[in-house]
Amino acid sequence: MLIDVVKRSGLAFVMVAFAATAAFAQTLPNQFEFAGSWAPIGTEDVQNDSVPVDYLGLALTDEARTRALSYDESQKSMVERQCQGWGAAYLVLGPFGLRVSSQTDSASNRLVSYRIDAWEDWMEMTIWMDDRPHPSAHALHTQAGFTTGRWEGGALAAHTTHIKAGFIRKTGVPLSDEATIDWRFFRHGDVLTVLMVARDPVYLVEPEIISKSFRLSKTPLDYRDPCAPGYEGREPGDPVPHFAPAQNPFIDEFIQLYHLPREAVLGYRDTLYPEYRKKIKDTYVPPPPCTADCGVAGNFVRRRGPTP
Amino acid sequence: MRRSLVTIAGLAVVVAAFGSPVSIHAQRAQGGVSPATARDAAPIDLTGYWVSYVTENWRYRMVTPAKGEYRRIPASPAAVPIINAWDPSADEKAGNQCKSYGAAAIMSVPGRLHITWQDANTLRVDIDAGTQTRLFHFAARAASSPARSTWQGESTARWEPVAAPDRGGSLSVVTSNLRAGYLRKNGVPYSERATVTEHFDLAPLPDGGQLLLVNTVVDDPMYLNAPYVVSPHFKKEPDGSKWDPTPCSSTW
Repeated sequence: MLIDVVKRSGLAFVMVAFAATAAFAQTLPNQFEFAGSWAPIGTEDVQNDSVPVDYLGLALTDEARTRALSYDESQKSMVERQCQGWGAAYLVLGPFGLRVSSQTDSASNRLVSYRIDAWEDWMEMTIWMDDRPHPSAHALHTQAGFTTGRWEGGALAAHTTHIKAGFIRKTGVPLSDEATIDWRFFRHGDVLTVLMVARDPVYLVEPEIISKSFRLSKTPLDYRDPCAPGYEGREPGDPVPHFAPAQNPFIDEFIQLYHLPREAVLGYRDTLYPEYRKKIKDTYVPPPPCTADCGVAGNFVRRRGPTP
Repeated sequence: MRRSLVTIAGLAVVVAAFGSPVSIHAQRAQGGVSPATARDAAPIDLTGYWVSYVTENWRYRMVTPAKGEYRRIPASPAAVPIINAWDPSADEKAGNQCKSYGAAAIMSVPGRLHITWQDANTLRVDIDAGTQTRLFHFAARAASSPARSTWQGESTARWEPVAAPDRGGSLSVVTSNLRAGYLRKNGVPYSERATVTEHFDLAPLPDGGQLLLVNTVVDDPMYLNAPYVVSPHFKKEPDGSKWDPTPCSSTW
């Protein structure tokens, strides 16, 4: 009798345990299918490149701010700079999708790397998955850098070093060659979320953290043609366009357009935390109602009129 | 002999179900059965204090955007008149000052989270911005008839642990039965038919800290033409010394 009770209890507990587990957990594979075409969803504002001086969401050093304010976007009209491309961070800051393929060793059939294809002004990125070490600190730095990856907790974790000095925003906010980037690629259903944590001891007071989501595309992404330089009004030998930092003619444009606080637009660290919202509560005046380009397709901010 | 085996198996299950609260991974590694509660089954630890780190969508989160602006939100034609009619003073007078603090938007409102276990199968998320509370229920609950819609709705949660021997995983939360609210402070609406699907993931930071990423997908057949996807993130804080509950406000 006792044995029967215990037996029944045991079976009952087995059933309860499995039922409970099924209710609150569903085990997922350690890895997901990363290769494929991932289209940008584009409902988050991560580019911040519509006006020349928009450093919202950044924690910059004073040196970074000075360099950024000295940058003139006309530099990209110089023939020798038109196809310079953007660095690794542009993976999440750019408007493009991701076309990912995997490469395996033909003899062992083991995964060697993932490759994210190039876009018009972004170099391809290879994520080495074969446990190879990062090269010497003195090795060549490139726009894409050197990236290794591993599967961790169901996400693809990657680390990029050897980045060539460049920019973390297209508007001239610099990123030094001492910067490193940690990536996490999370997949939930057909949504891939890429988390970027960029660290730079020279230009960032705190890491720049950006996450961007993509949706699995049933059709291959339409990649643009490679960059081809052409004449854009700058002659070889012309001086490099730039501003004296304090005389950047665009410094107030974004501030005036949206009534934004200057320290936020110029990328001061305190502006990234909730306390700052409380600090400006009594001084912030909302901008006038939006009258044009107000909708979802407004992949830009509306400029007030002719630029200086 | 067979009876003895069944008995031992039964007792083993009893011990496994009510024994020491080791993690699901530890139990798997030991060849044991799955834990009986969501708290014991947690593949990641979300508890503690977390602070918003606003490095994206700054202009839509830290200040109130211009009336009528809904860039990057796939609002349907039905939403546009509501967007253009937004009147924060009227919301305040009508007692609707929490419309931009509902579950579809609250994780993007700059503030702090305090995550605790309310009980073994309910994860509680207190939010100081707007003084809101979300409850993530892991266990199936008896249907209440008919449940009144609320700002935070009804949330069903499920862990998504990765297969052993790896560690880690994700928390999946689906929320419905929402009171109609705003996706942004300036009156971009979501309806009571909206559903919010979230995934909570952790990532390490270079300084040894931890980051919480909340991937949020809002579906709304009434006011959205397509899912609205955002992924606000939070840094872990050592304690609650900066916890600062504030009431809802429709004007700020």
